[in-house]
Amino acid sequence: MKKLYSIFKQGIIFENPLLMLMIGLCSAIAVTTNVSNGIGMGLAMTFVLLFSEIIISLFRKVIPNAVRIPVFIIVIAAFTTMVDLVMKAYFPDLSKSMGVFIPLIVVNCIIMGRVEAFASKQKFLAVVADSLGMGLGYTWVLIGIAALRELLGNGTLAGVQVMPATFQPILFFILPPGGFFVFGLFISFNIWLKKRMEASAARKELALRKEAA
Amino acid sequence: MDLTKIFLLALLVNNVVVMRFLALCSYVGMTSDVGQSIGMGFAVIFVTVLATAATWPIYHFILVPLNLSFLQILIFILVIASLVQLVEFYLKKNVPGLYSAMGIYLPLITTNCAILAITFENISFKYNFIQSISYSVGGSLGYLLAMVLLAGIRDRMKTSPVPKFLQGTPILFIATALIGVAFMGFSGLIK
Repeated sequence: MKKLYSIFKQGIIFENPLLMLMIGLCSAIAVTTNVSNGIGMGLAMTFVLLFSEIIISLFRKVIPNAVRIPVFIIVIAAFTTMVDLVMKAYFPDLSKSMGVFIPLIVVNCIIMGRVEAFASKQKFLAVVADSLGMGLGYTWVLIGIAALRELLGNGTLAGVQVMPATFQPILFFILPPGGFFVFGLFISFNIWLKKRMEASAARKELALRKEAA
Repeated sequence: MDLTKIFLLALLVNNVVVMRFLALCSYVGMTSDVGQSIGMGFAVIFVTVLATAATWPIYHFILVPLNLSFLQILIFILVIASLVQLVEFYLKKNVPGLYSAMGIYLPLITTNCAILAITFENISFKYNFIQSISYSVGGSLGYLLAMVLLAGIRDRMKTSPVPKFLQGTPILFIATALIGVAFMGFSGLIK
């Protein structure tokens, strides 16, 4: 159980796919002009990641090593198609505002990377923990960026007016350059957070060692 | 829409990298050296045009008549992946000079989202074949432009005093934001 939790935790800060591993960036910046897009994209991504990892992990002993990449691509593409069709049918507005980025989940390096590096070697439960951790790590960054951009660029959060009426929206944050800017600041923040957590872990260990001595 | 308009729209106004956020992985990963970024850029142009020339007829002459357009994602990614493989084999055997220049970048291109996005958009914008080719040439040239711009900036940045909390990857995104602001100026180019 403890091991599963530590796998789950990795994806959120230490190996955050967006901020630390720097993979799967395209959709992360493109769809984050408002919070509901961020949540939608995060959920879609987590769904595809979870089910692709489960399927690959269950069949890992049957898939011949030489053709594993094409097999992975087909599995991922099947789940992406499902998400795309469901979104189009039940959330047409959301699907339209995210445009080409839903079908592009299929080439998202996060999924391919996790399937290749993790799911093709690990057991069922570890895979579930890993994909949920990675999915959550992806989703929190998306929601964070989207909240900041929507609040400053439009004065709203998920479509609800939050800022006072006198607030003059800073258009820069909604426009594409603002996305890059906010994303840069988020990476810088995560590096600081990681350093801080590592320092505090090191201090704890030192204290423990002193006690033992 | 006439061809120059589509071309300029794809190249400058809706630049794939700085305005549309596509292909960011290779944009960050492959720009530490100007020569490398040029090689990658030309490989992307080559494959994008080929992929458009292959996927457009497949969609319109095979998937639509058979009512299979929901398989678009699956078919396109497979076509592009196998196309890249074929091109790699062909170049290795017949044009070794070109292969040594851009061969190492070809395997990386299969999962380059700019290529897949351009082929999807050719379908969803309802372009005809010639317009699609023009859109894909413009889009992939835009990719080359953005790659070379960032590679040049990174070269210069090696000797500049970057604030400590932005050192490493964060400054790349701040620089891209500034390139993006410059590209916003092109938006009046097409009415």
